[in-house]
Amino acid sequence: MSAKINEDLIRERKNCTFDVQELIHIIDGGEENTMQRKQVENFVLNQKELWDDVPEEYLSHKERYENAIKKASFILNWFREFNRNNIENSDLRAPSKIYSIQEGIFRNINPLLIHIGLFWTPLKNQASAEQQAEWLKPDSKMIGTYAQTELGHGSYLKGIETTATFDPQTDEFILNSPQITSYKWWPGGLGKTANSCLVMAQLYINGTCHGLHLFLVQIRDYETHEPLPGIAVGEIGPKMGFNTADNGFLGFDNYRIPRTNLLMRNVQVLRDGTYVKPKHSKLTYESMVLTRVTLITDLGFQLSRAATIAVRYSAVRHQSQIKSNEPECQILDFVTQQHKLFISIASSHALRVIGLWMWNTHKKVTADIQKGNMDELPELHALACCLKAICSRDAVCLVEQCRLSCGGNGYLMSSNLPQIYANTTAAIIYEGEYTVLLLQTARYLIKSWKSATEHKALPPNVAYLADFIERRYGQWQNSPEGIIRGFKAVAAGKTKTAYDTLQRYLKNGREREEAWNLTSVQLIIASEAYARSLLCDVFWRETKQLSTTVSRNLATVLEQLAELYLVYWALEKHGDLLLYSTISRDDIDALQERYEELLALIRPNAVGLVDAFDIRDEVLCSTLGAYDGRVYERLMEEASKSPLNTEVVNESFHKYMRPVLMKNKL
Amino acid sequence: MAKINGDLNKERERCSFNISELTILMDGGPEKTKERRERENIMISKKNFYDGIPEEYLSYKEKYEQAVKKSVIVFGLVRRLQEEGKTTIHNYRDVLANLLRASDVSTGFPLALHYIMFMPAIINQGTKEQQAQWLPRAWDCNIIGSYAQTELGHGTFIRGLETTATYDPISEEFVLNSPTLTSYKWWGGGLGQTANYSIVVAQLYTKGECHGVHSFIVQVRDEESHMPLPGIKIGDIGSKFALNGINNGFLGFDHYRIPRNQMLMKHAQVLEDGTYVKSRNSKLNYGAMVFVRVVIAFDMVNYLSKAVTIAVRYSAVRRQCQRKAGEPESQILDYLTQQHKLFPALAACYAMKITASKLWDTFNTVNEELLAGNLERLPEIHALACCLKAISTSDTASFIETCRLACGGHGYMHSSNLPSTYGNAVAACTYEGDNTVLLLQTARFLAKTWQEIENDGGKLTPTVEYLRTAKVRGYSHKWVNSVENIVYGFQVVCMRKIATCVQDMQRRVASGLTFEDAWNLSSVQLVAAAEAHCRVIILSTFSSEIRGMTETTSPELKQVLNQVVELYSVYWALERLSDLLQYTTINQKDVDSLRVWYEELLAQLRPNAVGLVDAFDLKDEMLQSTLGSYDGRAYERLMEEALKSPLNAEPVNHTFHKYLKPFLRGKL
Repeated sequence: MSAKINEDLIRERKNCTFDVQELIHIIDGGEENTMQRKQVENFVLNQKELWDDVPEEYLSHKERYENAIKKASFILNWFREFNRNNIENSDLRAPSKIYSIQEGIFRNINPLLIHIGLFWTPLKNQASAEQQAEWLKPDSKMIGTYAQTELGHGSYLKGIETTATFDPQTDEFILNSPQITSYKWWPGGLGKTANSCLVMAQLYINGTCHGLHLFLVQIRDYETHEPLPGIAVGEIGPKMGFNTADNGFLGFDNYRIPRTNLLMRNVQVLRDGTYVKPKHSKLTYESMVLTRVTLITDLGFQLSRAATIAVRYSAVRHQSQIKSNEPECQILDFVTQQHKLFISIASSHALRVIGLWMWNTHKKVTADIQKGNMDELPELHALACCLKAICSRDAVCLVEQCRLSCGGNGYLMSSNLPQIYANTTAAIIYEGEYTVLLLQTARYLIKSWKSATEHKALPPNVAYLADFIERRYGQWQNSPEGIIRGFKAVAAGKTKTAYDTLQRYLKNGREREEAWNLTSVQLIIASEAYARSLLCDVFWRETKQLSTTVSRNLATVLEQLAELYLVYWALEKHGDLLLYSTISRDDIDALQERYEELLALIRPNAVGLVDAFDIRDEVLCSTLGAYDGRVYERLMEEASKSPLNTEVVNESFHKYMRPVLMKNKL
Repeated sequence: MAKINGDLNKERERCSFNISELTILMDGGPEKTKERRERENIMISKKNFYDGIPEEYLSYKEKYEQAVKKSVIVFGLVRRLQEEGKTTIHNYRDVLANLLRASDVSTGFPLALHYIMFMPAIINQGTKEQQAQWLPRAWDCNIIGSYAQTELGHGTFIRGLETTATYDPISEEFVLNSPTLTSYKWWGGGLGQTANYSIVVAQLYTKGECHGVHSFIVQVRDEESHMPLPGIKIGDIGSKFALNGINNGFLGFDHYRIPRNQMLMKHAQVLEDGTYVKSRNSKLNYGAMVFVRVVIAFDMVNYLSKAVTIAVRYSAVRRQCQRKAGEPESQILDYLTQQHKLFPALAACYAMKITASKLWDTFNTVNEELLAGNLERLPEIHALACCLKAISTSDTASFIETCRLACGGHGYMHSSNLPSTYGNAVAACTYEGDNTVLLLQTARFLAKTWQEIENDGGKLTPTVEYLRTAKVRGYSHKWVNSVENIVYGFQVVCMRKIATCVQDMQRRVASGLTFEDAWNLSSVQLVAAAEAHCRVIILSTFSSEIRGMTETTSPELKQVLNQVVELYSVYWALERLSDLLQYTTINQKDVDSLRVWYEELLAQLRPNAVGLVDAFDLKDEMLQSTLGSYDGRAYERLMEEALKSPLNAEPVNHTFHKYLKPFLRGKL
């Protein structure tokens, strides 16, 4: 690095007690992965076509899109080449293979991301062999997206209104959007970019509705890119984030497609209109689960970006004297600041660890499914639902906490914290809305609780319910293991409370759906508690295991982080622990003291820990968080790029202010 | 008026109370309502204000230019009212507040600081002569001012500011200088390209001695050409989370000279020979800070009322999932989980408005005492304003996000106006005092008060008297689920928290730490104690004020307002259950029945939810939301707004031919 590095950061790095490089390899999943990641980073970040002259946030809505398409085309082109040569057979969605480098190039999102992820994957999974042979040709002219949500319909799939009616005369489906609420709304890249689209619609044959099915639909001409007759397509307008993606709307006016454009791997409509049912209705779950699993890892990465920025800035920023007569101190020395930031470092690791754990669990369950064993799918689904919900909520809250901890400068776009927040917060809604997902898990918990009370065998992740019934939790212990037991007791206790409430409503003569609605706030609380106990348990268990394989100093630091996570949440939820475990008020005071000790222990390693996330400046994109800590210089450099600063007097002065406002001038 | 959504019609029909009775009650009387509406209508009738491409499609520079154009319309109106004798320099803040409330410009106004900070600084800190010299010109907008205090490297800690103003007795001038990059002024609203003057806060040096920070009136641009003056480095600080029309700027001085009489000298003076004459009372400036922080609490009520109105109306219009097979999809407002998200936010609008109004009155009383030289209640009011600002901003920010998320994906659309409302409101968590810093200020006052109590020292000021009562009475009696008891529970929590902090600090000091280190180590708990104090204030003020206000209202309104108070109290009791469990006798059974009470209250408020947001009386022009308009045409408006996108003005964007097509053919 050529420029001078900030003195405070140099000192922080000197004081670090562990080998940062060792942790980098662990986070990447091995030294080889680190090398491969760096190779991709070096390759892509050196491409001059991707560099912006004017930062993206100064452009108009339309210019942003155009700039992003330019970059996306180049990137996709290179990835095509790169993948051909390097990682053709590996699983691109595996946690260690997520090249988050695109974050640095788009700041928002690659408008062709849906094309890569949500278009090709369902095609591969749900199209028949013949269909794949035709559609997945290397010279395909398709740029695709995936359209499910409608203007009036989101979480509730059954409510989707778009219809696909089979016409036996012409051997075609007729797609139609009967009213404004049935317009497709939201798909990324649908507005201006895609020429093809996977469309979710209600299938009608001979007046019978067979529910939702997926159709491949061409929406624009491959040559001219003009929308085809019968198609109404456009973009939905600016959003809080992701403004480089042209999320779009799509309406059909009795638009016809060939019968063979129904994705027919699992279902079929024959020439005469015979409907052939799928063997397993649950199969479609599996891809939703996978998306949620990979999302957890990505959220962990977003949080680690925010934590890196906030921790480095807090080491560079000096403010107020703790003692008079002394120079102003690094704000990282304030305990209130440590309280805001260290939980973000710890949670970045927690999300990474639970993401990896879910990935492996998912792999195992999928392998079983291949062998015809579907027993574990409901549990996997329940796990993925609540973990996606909690992890997105945690990441979003902590990203915003990091942003606010940077004071006014965290409000500047050049800190990149506002964009990280805006993009992360969308994850609370997309791929399953928070509340809806938690209620899905609650359904599983209520069922499991019933089994537990009937002394039936339980899957391992809910075995704690039986322990609660058998009163096997014993006396409170102020230790990580004790806290985990406490959280399991809380999770079980909350499930029991919700279950009892539900039963009470049912006994009082409420109908099942109504009773469920009346209990739903408690059900959500039960799911949240379940997810928290899982996070604590898995994070601690995996960290302990990892500790045995790494150098001693690193093991100490990693265990401190995991313990901080447990103690932080024990203190946040100490009311629940008071209700459902034998914790005493003295125990809580002792936990508070331990928490403050842990903050002090982590303090000297804070910068080392975020360095170990190893996020390059070009991917971090932040004036406040760069490796060299030249915060103020960068703030001024970025400000000077504002188009307002390229002219000394803005024309609005002469146009509006002088003649209108200051007209009384003597 | 277009057709109104059938669900909203039904909601309004079954509202149990008279909506305009509530509006008038909250405004403070029918004349107040009339006056407010008149001012809002003046703004709303300016059709050219609402024209043009929605600002979110514009480039950063265009946003600024549009904001200037709109500012000129708004402040032109202020001047028209002034010419018509409808506003004066003494009440323009009220008028301005109404106009700004009516003119939802999510990018903010680059001229706002001229009125909100520049003129008040001259009024509060200038001598009579200085006021006579500057105010008429500022009032007529012959000059446009900004306010520059924060620096690139310095915010909260004002003593750390680096800009210097050194008095030169030979020329009788101050020499302003920015010695380092970190000393550049940074953030002043309208400072970048808009203002030609600014109040500058700088370290005053005279006769070789530093006298701390003082305020100066500084010309930064030529009044004719608008060019920056020699010795001035000025510009825009760049794009932000929101408020991108405000034109926040930076400002650096290279030995820039201003006349001696441009130091604001009401409180302190520098004489011709450089003699420094001390301020009569350095604490008088606190008064202005208290004022600003209460105003922020009112701003928060405004932001949150918008968000809640949007989310509640949309939840009445949006239908999703069948709760029972065979029935149509249900309004999402019927889901208990949705009510749980929205109704506490709805109650918070009323709670914060009433608390801020009460504090405003208290402040006015104290201010009169202050001017009469009685400073006794200043620390108390300061502590109160600090925590109220912190809690009202952080509660508002998180409730707005809850409202936004409760609208699902559509809440993420700019056209819902929820993202901007959040972006604007959350800025207040930082400006005018970072929330953590402010809560620690309140905690300092509480810790001091607690030590006085322990030393059995005399009279306490009214808002902390409860600490002594709670100490004497303790909490050993059986818990009762009532609003009064919840308030008392919070009083005990605050008392116990502050007692524990003081005890911890004393223990740490006894073990050899300095007081400052002990303070830092206890700071997480101190913040929690200050928050608990603020909860006590809001809960007790809200419940007692409503009790008084509803003595003369119709029984229907009284009933619904009581439900709102109860809901707000029970919500916070459940949110802070950990503290109550730790410090009071509440037990599992109480908690269970508290939860049942909470769920009952949600059900009771359900039929009045739309009525309660209608009572905020926010016109569509003020809401600027596709999801929240009075007629509930959410889907039609979403589509209408989308069609305004410049990307939709052409069927094919040129990037297809330029980039995508070559890529598909492998020829990029």
